[in-house]
Amino acid sequence: MREPASKATPLVTLRINGRAVTVPVGTSVAAALAMTDRFVSRADLSGRPRGPLCGMGVCFECRATIDGVPEVLMCLTPCREDQEVVTDA
Amino acid sequence: MREACDLVVVGAGPGGLAAACRAAEAGLDVLVLDAQPEPGGQVWRGEARKGANRLARRWLTRFAASGARFRPGARVVAAPQPGVLLVEEGSSSFAVRYGRAVLATGARERFLPFPGWTLPGVLGVSGLQVLVKDGFPIRGKRVVLAGTGPLLLAAAATIHAHGGEVLYIAEQASAASHWGFALQLWRHPARLLQGALMSAALISVPTSTDAWVIAAEGEGRVESVRLSVRGREEQPRCDYLGAAYGLVPNLEVARMLGCETSASAVVVNERLETRVPKVHAVGELLGIGGVDQALVTGELAGLAAAEQPIPVELEHTWHRVHAFAAQLALHDAPRAELRRLATPDTLLCRCEDVPMSALEGCQNLREARLYARLGMGACQGRTCGTAAQTLFGWPGEDVRPPCLPARIGSLRLPSDVSSTHTRES
Ligand SMILES: Cc1cc2nc3c(=O)[nH]c(=O)nc-3n(C[C@H](O)[C@H](O)[C@H](O)COP(=O)(O)OP(=O)(O)OC[C@H]3O[C@@H](n4cnc5c(N)ncnc54)[C@H](O)[C@@H]3O)c2cc1C
Ligand code: FES
Repeated sequence: MREPASKATPLVTLRINGRAVTVPVGTSVAAALAMTDRFVSRADLSGRPRGPLCGMGVCFECRATIDGVPEVLMCLTPCREDQEVVTDA
Repeated sequence: MREACDLVVVGAGPGGLAAACRAAEAGLDVLVLDAQPEPGGQVWRGEARKGANRLARRWLTRFAASGARFRPGARVVAAPQPGVLLVEEGSSSFAVRYGRAVLATGARERFLPFPGWTLPGVLGVSGLQVLVKDGFPIRGKRVVLAGTGPLLLAAAATIHAHGGEVLYIAEQASAASHWGFALQLWRHPARLLQGALMSAALISVPTSTDAWVIAAEGEGRVESVRLSVRGREEQPRCDYLGAAYGLVPNLEVARMLGCETSASAVVVNERLETRVPKVHAVGELLGIGGVDQALVTGELAGLAAAEQPIPVELEHTWHRVHAFAAQLALHDAPRAELRRLATPDTLLCRCEDVPMSALEGCQNLREARLYARLGMGACQGRTCGTAAQTLFGWPGEDVRPPCLPARIGSLRLPSDVSSTHTRES
């Protein structure tokens, strides 16, 4: 079950809120978000932080602006080279 | 833009893949749509790239060779007329005209609110598991899991295999119910679940029955969890909490098409055809039954759609896995204490920030929508509607299109598809 260390896996670098993050190809943007300091995708109506909940496109907690398109679900979006991700929190 | 096909399959999990393979191999023109970027559904997430799971590899290879067409990132949002689906794909959209349909939209987790459940770092049990499969950095992180049934163990095994430390597994079911169930399990062909049970035993994580999460605490993110463990309270510190109580089928597309549902499952006949002619349902839509049920019902529906004879063994297998699904449902029923964890200011609806106190006096989901805006946000009640069903016994409402948030442009029927409209597109 254990995966071999990602020796052959190609990497991509994207930016999340301006910060460069390098991840193996196939990583979802929601998973990459956890590699930044804050696993926070948005703020609720009172300004409290929220993060991804369901990981599968159901809860809509992980919506972000990706490459200029608003309200994209990070958990259903694979990381790509030069992708620009902006969360609203 | 438009597409036409003999058979459209909504969902590319094991159920949808098996249906697509059988139908395409029998000569139908099959189109498979899935919101995810790769085929595999929930249980085979990432397997299209990794090829680590033998069963998944076998089906994904067969699918690739079957001649069925696959459109990833394609979300079915509306069904404007019989035989037509509207689909959103990235920033564009298209219509599909189909002869038959197989619905294989799978299931989601049941979330129940407790104080602190909106803190970042609190996720679903399988939610955390699928994120780990998608590359979530779990190595060296401390995780508490709380929920019910075999998926708890499957998640623990995945987290452990990726270097995470599972501190505790809290199983809400009573010891009697849990062990009765675990013993039953061996009689059924639930290979993956058996595997999960064994790997959880091997990693020797402290596990308790009669245990559940009372609250999550932390400043801006989860830092510790208050657990009730057989009547005692424990408060482990952790980096992530996975908390969810079993699965519920994703019935939105089926309901939107007008399929009858009963006891949270789509009603089908022996050809797995719903009450809407030429529309079949498979997998978790028939009641939570795991990967074996998804595969066998997918094969059955694919053969039925292609008007092929159904082999007897396949029918036998289906009846066997069906019995397993019934067991699982009994085991997974959330205990009464879980319905009393939320306080008046605990949010029930996470999209619209609706606290429990706002629902005072509401008798049903419709009133809660009208007076408190419950379920009016982005997820359209997928999370809070399911919770309200468990907390208050409110049945789900009819689904109105779009069944997922969609752009206005995606809901317009292209003129070359519509028989009644003659608008230029
Ligand atoms: C998060 C999660 C993790 C799980 N992990 C395991 C596990 O480790 N082991 C195990 O035995 N079981 C697991 N299960 C149980 C699992 O549901 C079944 O074993 C199996 O995946 C069911 O197959 P299925 O084909 O019915 O549905 P799924 O595999 O759930 O596939 C349904 C597919 O439909 C797609 N879909 C839904 N709605 C739409 C729409 N409107 N438009 C387009 N596409 C749509 C989804 O993107 C999904 O890919 C998990 C379930 C969940 C929810
Ligand atoms: S985490 Fe729930 S939709 Fe992405």
